[in-house]
Amino acid sequence: MSIEIRSVSKHFGDFTALSDIDLTIPTGDLTALLGPSGGGKSTLLRIIAGLESADTGTVAIEGVDATGVPARKRDVGFVFQHYAAFRHLTVAENVAFGLSIRKQPRKVIAERVEEMLELVHLQQFADRHPAQLSGGQRQRMALARALAIRPRVLLLDEPFGALDAKVRKELREWLRRLHDEVHVTTVFVTHDQEEALEVAHHLVLINQGRIEQVGTSDQLYDEPATSFVMSFLGPVTTFGNTLVRPHDLGIATAPTGRPGEVGGRVLRYNRVGFEVQIEVDLAGAAAPALVTLTRREAAEAGLAGAEQVWVHAVADAVRVPVPHAEPVPAVSAGSRELDPSGVR
Amino acid sequence: MPTDPVATDARPTPRRSGGGLFRNLRRAVVIVYLGLLVIWPVSLVAVNAFAGGVGPVLAALQDPALIFAFQLTLVTAFWSVALNTVFGVGISLLLVRHRFPGRRILSALVDLPLSVSPVVVGLALLLVYGGTTGWFGPALQAAGFQVIYAPPGLVLATTFVCLPLVIREVTPVLIETGTDAEQAAASLGAGPWQIFTRITLPTIKWAVVYGVVLSFARALGEYGAVKVVSGGVAFRTQTATLLVEERYQQFGATHTTAYTAALLLTVIALVALIVVAALRPSQEKRS
Repeated sequence: MSIEIRSVSKHFGDFTALSDIDLTIPTGDLTALLGPSGGGKSTLLRIIAGLESADTGTVAIEGVDATGVPARKRDVGFVFQHYAAFRHLTVAENVAFGLSIRKQPRKVIAERVEEMLELVHLQQFADRHPAQLSGGQRQRMALARALAIRPRVLLLDEPFGALDAKVRKELREWLRRLHDEVHVTTVFVTHDQEEALEVAHHLVLINQGRIEQVGTSDQLYDEPATSFVMSFLGPVTTFGNTLVRPHDLGIATAPTGRPGEVGGRVLRYNRVGFEVQIEVDLAGAAAPALVTLTRREAAEAGLAGAEQVWVHAVADAVRVPVPHAEPVPAVSAGSRELDPSGVR
Repeated sequence: MPTDPVATDARPTPRRSGGGLFRNLRRAVVIVYLGLLVIWPVSLVAVNAFAGGVGPVLAALQDPALIFAFQLTLVTAFWSVALNTVFGVGISLLLVRHRFPGRRILSALVDLPLSVSPVVVGLALLLVYGGTTGWFGPALQAAGFQVIYAPPGLVLATTFVCLPLVIREVTPVLIETGTDAEQAAASLGAGPWQIFTRITLPTIKWAVVYGVVLSFARALGEYGAVKVVSGGVAFRTQTATLLVEERYQQFGATHTTAYTAALLLTVIALVALIVVAALRPSQEKRS
């Protein structure tokens, strides 16, 4: 197993960034540390890299204890959200940095830089300075720089967080393909559940310094361990005393006799592109339920203009009990806009 | 009531209509202000130096006392700038990159030489290093090392006065660039010294150069602190500024040497500033 984290805790003053984390990250995989900002995921990544030290606990990389080893001796590639480009060096010199620190022969460095620039499609920019590159190009340069030293693990801290939506999407796909080529154990931090689901093999959901759940994207989406996992990974709504995905609710203009069916009044009927969102005030429910279906389904059921409807959960719906402490809002947006400047 | 977002967000910088008159007035005020304060007095120094033609100026430039004074000034400036560069960069790194108790106090102390009169600085040094009555001076004197009324005292006084200049140039750059690049270098295998020489130093290079030039210009012109610790003995501890003052007091407004020395001080400082100003933009285009 590639990275083993045992009982790691970290405090910043009174703030508990991580409390008693145990985690094993498998070799060769692409793992996402996912969670809201300030949840501790970046801190965990920096502890793996040696850029931050844990208060307690140990970190082992490829079976070797790395707890007290400084960052520069860990053989870890690290990519920062804001690129951390060496602005006074050219792209090629940036990529060559780690190798020249390792006193590799000039010829070896030149070959490796060439190879890396080809990998990230920046050959024609070799002699430029980072300031002359776009954000996406800078981040690719940073990746090439991190990979040039043949790290044992590649760590990326919100690598696409500073890029605009289109470039972010491109780079996500590109990272996935790159990983298929390079096969280095990769861990990346993100607060974007869509990004995590799309890119990673394994997800580690971290919240308030604790691991909520570890698993594949299917496991986390279909078998959420807690209401937090469920609501973080996609839209949720309350139905009875459970959380359920809005698209796992069925709706009809007349009673169908299904078990658990509840009648209610339509509060809002909203069409967003191919999707129809219906907010229903259910009998005896504290908060209205949200039902989403495709436009075709809505048309076939004759829901447009309906006032009285009957709602049921589909047979294989994922349902998690509503937590008692905090009432979950009726509508939970699919991609959450979270404060990106949270405490690490 | 939301207003047109384009109108509120993309508001052009306010420009007063019919501002032609105001703008010209503003310009005139600035030019008159600078003219009365800086340009006219300084140019009068040049005019007075050359009042008797080029001959007396050339003669004054060959005055051994003037040559010695300038040599002493340049050597003093060199050492104080060297000291302030090394310690200035070190203190800047300490203030920006480390958190320790007393950091804010240290940061405030660094500005002290700007707010305290140089005369007080000189007096303070006298109290510590004075050869007969100072706190530490007699011990040094016994060891054969004279500080006050000797070149080391001049260096010390000048260094003290110029202390904040490098630091105040370097710290904002260090704060602005952050630690990402340094941490990236560490993750790529660089040790502390390699990070400093290969990442940090190139980043702050121009701030250091600018700080050095400002320190140098300030060191050339330092008078008050130097006056107290120097004693002003010609051919021993008389710096250029002290020479200007002495000659002016002694021979009055008719003497060319005072003006020549003053002019030379101004020219050296100006040239240093111009050279850096000319070099700097060509570098900034790249980053």
